Amino acid sequence: MKKFEKFTAHYAVLNREDIDTDQIIPARFLKVTTRDGLGKHLFSDWRYHADGSDNESFALNCSEHRHAQILVAGANFGCGSSREHAPWALHDFGIRAVLSTSFGDIFANNALKNGVLPIQVSPEFLAHLLGTDGGTMTIDLEAQTVTRDDGISENFKIESFARYRLLHGIDEFEFLMSQSEAIARYEQINGK
Amino acid sequence: MVVPESHDTPAVLYIDLHLIHEVTSPQAFDVLRARGLTVHRPDRTVGTMDHSTPTGPRNALGKYAYADTQAESQVNKFAQNCAEFGLEMHALGEKGQGIVHVIGPERGLTQPGKTIVCGDSHTSTHGAFGALAFGIGTTEVGYVLATQCLLQRKPRTMEVRIDGALPRGVTAKDMILAIIRKIGVAGGTGHVIEYTGSAIRNMNMDQRMTVCNMSIEAGARAGMVAPDDVTFAYLHGRHASPKGHAWDEAVNAWRALCSDGDARYDRSISLDASLLEPMVTFGVDPSMGIGISEVVPSHGIPGLQDALAYMGIEPGRPLKGHPIQVAFVGSCTNSRISDIRAAADILKGRRVAEGVRCLVVPGSQQIKQEAESLGLHDVIRAAGAEWREPGCSMCIGMNGDIVPPGQYAISTSNRNFKGRQGPGSRTFLASPEMVAASAVMGVVTDPREVLP
Ligand code: SF4
Repeated sequence: MKKFEKFTAHYAVLNREDIDTDQIIPARFLKVTTRDGLGKHLFSDWRYHADGSDNESFALNCSEHRHAQILVAGANFGCGSSREHAPWALHDFGIRAVLSTSFGDIFANNALKNGVLPIQVSPEFLAHLLGTDGGTMTIDLEAQTVTRDDGISENFKIESFARYRLLHGIDEFEFLMSQSEAIARYEQINGK
Repeated sequence: MVVPESHDTPAVLYIDLHLIHEVTSPQAFDVLRARGLTVHRPDRTVGTMDHSTPTGPRNALGKYAYADTQAESQVNKFAQNCAEFGLEMHALGEKGQGIVHVIGPERGLTQPGKTIVCGDSHTSTHGAFGALAFGIGTTEVGYVLATQCLLQRKPRTMEVRIDGALPRGVTAKDMILAIIRKIGVAGGTGHVIEYTGSAIRNMNMDQRMTVCNMSIEAGARAGMVAPDDVTFAYLHGRHASPKGHAWDEAVNAWRALCSDGDARYDRSISLDASLLEPMVTFGVDPSMGIGISEVVPSHGIPGLQDALAYMGIEPGRPLKGHPIQVAFVGSCTNSRISDIRAAADILKGRRVAEGVRCLVVPGSQQIKQEAESLGLHDVIRAAGAEWREPGCSMCIGMNGDIVPPGQYAISTSNRNFKGRQGPGSRTFLASPEMVAASAVMGVVTDPREVLP
């Protein structure tokens, strides 16, 4: 697993609240049996017109935001279903972090497993960002800070184990597999 | 609990029952194969096909008509995976098949005190039995297949207390829509909700499942009801329920599972069931709901203008009387036998309005059979509605059962997100009673006006 390092990148703004996973990737794209290449379906119903052409008014379709690696969105981003296709699509598109005041629980959990940081910020900081038309920011997971190019900065918190594992590139699967003795003991004691 | 949580690491939580389906599992099986692993506890893993499965009948050659080749290959892949790893799986058209959250309880797999997970957010349904049940992503499906365990931090707790008797024509669906309206779509985030109070105690298991099912629509990871005699009576004699002496022991253990009388929650809210009326949503998330006698709000809700523009609805007017083109009775929220019966009771002797397509989709093969033994399918068909094979169907529209762009559907499912029932679809969420009444009238209708 790749270590998650401090990075500076362009951010794009989606000024909407409650962006559910059906908007992030509609259900008709979930019939795949692999996880690659979903970036083209990211925000499909917003990014494309019904005839398949680009909706030029959608933020991620402007030339300056096309290569954004950070997404800033209104409260409760990723509510709805458990589809991991949502972080897969974000990651495949190139997004490494999403900033909001809150996230759907399952989405946040899935995102952390796929190298997409769900960064919870204060309403004031978010309001400031939503008032801009994109820009550059630096995300430092080690220090748990996010700093905009105008110097405005904010601390955030990522669950301690997830942070440790992302910073050190530790695979969670390996960690769980390493618990096999404890699991066997538990099964024995509980007659399971 | 295999290992308790510490500051540095989450708890290693043992999973008693893992339910799987075709949409969120294929990539997890691939990881197992890539790592050369087997399924740790095949005996605690149960699969069913539901999301991408067609709900039309087999053709003369015994073949089902899939929406497209992708849906068909996803279903086939699932069958192969379950066979390769030696898992119990209920295939399309077979007796035990149905929506994953319907077959768990129906087969007696869902039991009080169990930890239950599934790669599906509506796993909260199983909390109706006093189980700790929540949805996970595909990576975690892989973890559970390989180790039967998950890493978890302790959630916060929230009590939703509902006292009072539900008035005639007001259902469990109306209750949960009212709760979500009150606490909002993010009101339960980070929490497990326990539903308490006399209104919950007076509900049967189908109703409790409807309530717990939609906990996720308030953002909650899980919803729960303490088990009681209603729970035990439901489970008695089911396929996977303990039998004989083991049954008595199990019931004794289950009785100890209720929250202490002085339990403290991080948050509590309460509601009076006797004040509720039939609910219907007007917007693009489940919190955007109103009582049938109310008017669509004109302010005070984030995203309201955008929602009304998408829905093509004007504020300040009631939804009652608004035309619909599709009526859907089904989904893991409302596809059980009592839901089908409620819809059939209203359809009986009536006709679905001209220009309205009405689908009734049972949640499982067992429900389908039971409904047919009661003759409900004849009532439904005689009314001009479609009686279909079990599955998720128009709740998510992955199998080809979709609402055409711009059309209005009144639906017993759980999500009215933009495009949920098909690109451009517009969804009103409601109870089976209101959906059936609206199907007959061709417009959003107060079910109390047509109740038998
Ligand atoms: S019926 Fe709908 S909500 Fe329930 S499992 Fe199927 S798709 Fe999900």
